[in-house]
Amino acid sequence: MNSQERVWTPYRGPFDPCPPVPFKTYVVPPNQFITFQPPNLPQFSLPEALKHGTLWPSLYSPYESKFKGVR
Amino acid sequence: MWIYEKKLQYPVRVGKCDVRMARYLMEQYGGADGELAAALRYMNQRYAIPDKVIGVLTDISTEEFAHLEMIATMIYKLTKDASVQELEAAGLGPNYAQRDHALFYQNSAGVPWTASYIQAKGDPIADLYEDIAAEEKARATYQWLIDMTDDVDLQDGLKFLREREIIHAIRFKESVQILIDEKDKKRIF
Repeated sequence: MNSQERVWTPYRGPFDPCPPVPFKTYVVPPNQFITFQPPNLPQFSLPEALKHGTLWPSLYSPYESKFKGVR
Repeated sequence: MWIYEKKLQYPVRVGKCDVRMARYLMEQYGGADGELAAALRYMNQRYAIPDKVIGVLTDISTEEFAHLEMIATMIYKLTKDASVQELEAAGLGPNYAQRDHALFYQNSAGVPWTASYIQAKGDPIADLYEDIAAEEKARATYQWLIDMTDDVDLQDGLKFLREREIIHAIRFKESVQILIDEKDKKRIF
């Protein structure tokens, strides 16, 4: 679980037909905390920047499959 | 005028023969929040927006076309060698009936792309907020697609595309700030 992830628990009714999920998550990416990017932010190396999809570590948002390969 | 580079923006690898994912990837190809809708939305809005942010719309629209090419590559790789039976099992039987193995701008449910997915309100703030929302919706779609596959190679390309949507949203938010600040400057002088 990373710091961009938020967790909430859906309401559980007494007569729900299906087994309840323990919790749900959503992502709040770094763009929610930046209205205007300041200059001179630290940068990834160029190969790392391509890999991450951004030049700046502070704008990077990791995401992993919620089901970790289990369908 | 555009210059085409005969390479993808980011390498597309597909490590698993999973025709099912081809159908779901079509959501980002010809869906309401897909790359085609994004590219055409920005490319059109740029004609009626203050000069200072035209370049942002042009650049991001151009990049969305590069993303469209990546998604097309993923779909093509997953379907080019698929038999009719495999396509049918993946829910792509109707697609085969219409066009053999050809790709088409439609969403994961087979609904063809329509211009009513996109807007041009002519108000710079309204249009930019629509663009920010579109980027966040595309980011969410990429998350659900990453959830739906266990192919780490495919996930790698999708993670790149997801991050780009986050960056685009920042650039649109900065564009809003540029337009807001312009108003303040006039008042000072």
